[in-house]
Amino acid sequence: MEMALKLASIFFTMILVDNYVLAKFLGICPFLGVSKKLDSAVGMSLAVTFVMVMATAATWPIYTFVLSPAYAAGTSRDLGYLQTIVFILIIAILVQLLENFLKKFVPALYKALGVYLPLITTNCTILGVTILNLDNGYNFVESIVCAAGAGIGFLVAMVLFSGVRRRVEQAITPKCFEGLPITLVAAAVTSLSFMGFGGIVDAIFKV
Amino acid sequence: MDPIILAIVIVTVIGLIGAVILVAASIFMYVPVDERVEKITAVLAGANCGACGCAGCADYAKSIVEEGNAVNKCTPGGAACAAKIAEIMGVEAGASVPMKAVVMCSGTCNQTSKRYEFQGLQSCQAVKGLYGGDGMCKYGCLGYGDCTRACAFDSIHIVDGIAKVDYAKCVGCGACAAACPNAVISIIPEHKRKPVVQCLNKDKGADTRKACTAGCIGCMKCTKVCHFDAITVENNLAHIDQDKCKGCQLCVKECPVGIIHVPANS
Repeated sequence: MEMALKLASIFFTMILVDNYVLAKFLGICPFLGVSKKLDSAVGMSLAVTFVMVMATAATWPIYTFVLSPAYAAGTSRDLGYLQTIVFILIIAILVQLLENFLKKFVPALYKALGVYLPLITTNCTILGVTILNLDNGYNFVESIVCAAGAGIGFLVAMVLFSGVRRRVEQAITPKCFEGLPITLVAAAVTSLSFMGFGGIVDAIFKV
Repeated sequence: MDPIILAIVIVTVIGLIGAVILVAASIFMYVPVDERVEKITAVLAGANCGACGCAGCADYAKSIVEEGNAVNKCTPGGAACAAKIAEIMGVEAGASVPMKAVVMCSGTCNQTSKRYEFQGLQSCQAVKGLYGGDGMCKYGCLGYGDCTRACAFDSIHIVDGIAKVDYAKCVGCGACAAACPNAVISIIPEHKRKPVVQCLNKDKGADTRKACTAGCIGCMKCTKVCHFDAITVENNLAHIDQDKCKGCQLCVKECPVGIIHVPANS
């Protein structure tokens, strides 16, 4: 029960309080680039969620059993500094593998995700999730739940913002604010509104 | 072991394992891709304008090969492009006539006036929602530039209160026609001599006259002067059948309100 509570707490914290886009400001590029249309925003977010979970499942064991200082305790090696380069390598391999797999076995999903799948290779949220999981000292299950929560949080941010953006585009803006500037202002206000969730998860789950 | 060598070994091993997995995956999960798709993508104009009805040039190339789409739909690429695609596909290229956008309205600021002062969102879509537009004529160009914003080729602009097409730049993709809430823009085959009635007003002559001095009053003079039965007047509005028209341009001189023009020469 306590375990389930902790997992739920991690999950909802990632969505509401520590939202990767709106609170940690990672993955701003797809957030601004792909949020113009609702359906592409949803497609991109689903692909991100999928790859996030897969990447966490692959990087957690590699860090823990190959690179981590704890594993190497007693010996002279400490390869923790390799995590960035190794994780990027693994994510790139994983995305490529996933693309091959979907192309062969789930062509419908491959078509739906389209160009977003290869774009994810260099998405900083994925790398961010995998690294921050380890910094927080989560175990394997917690890491997976955290990654799923981060993905859903990304989806929530994208969907909300594509709605905001539609309103912004309809509005009359001063000439100097047209286009990206007003979008950034809108993003800032959306992000500010998420600050209101601070503490809500801790209060609900009492952990 | 030296930590540097160990680091190199670990990254290399992970990279190698990844490479082996990917190579294996590309062999076991090989999906045959028709090489013609790539060839056709290279031949297409690459503007991704969507005139062909597909999501982009690569998508069109795919639909030609896999779904047997017609080869002559690339408007920016024109006949040369269609011929190249036909060569790749081994089929005959259908005739590819260059299409151009034509604004079916002649009501410039001197010819017509406004019914009311519009101060809302400066778009045709918005003004159309308020009593059908602010112009005296409710069929004509609204003049707030939705077409200009839709055009990817910078070829249509609001000049003197109505949209004007830059023929040199227009590729006939139809984005402006789709964006116009009054459906004032037509996409018609380009021809150096054939004229078009640049008005859409279907009101009775007297009412049209009050709204705009450059409006079709349905006087039938053009139908009488035409030797080829190409012009018909329906709902007080003349229309020239582009297939029957031979391009003699007698109607251009005859029109009392001067709204029959050859778009290519304007």
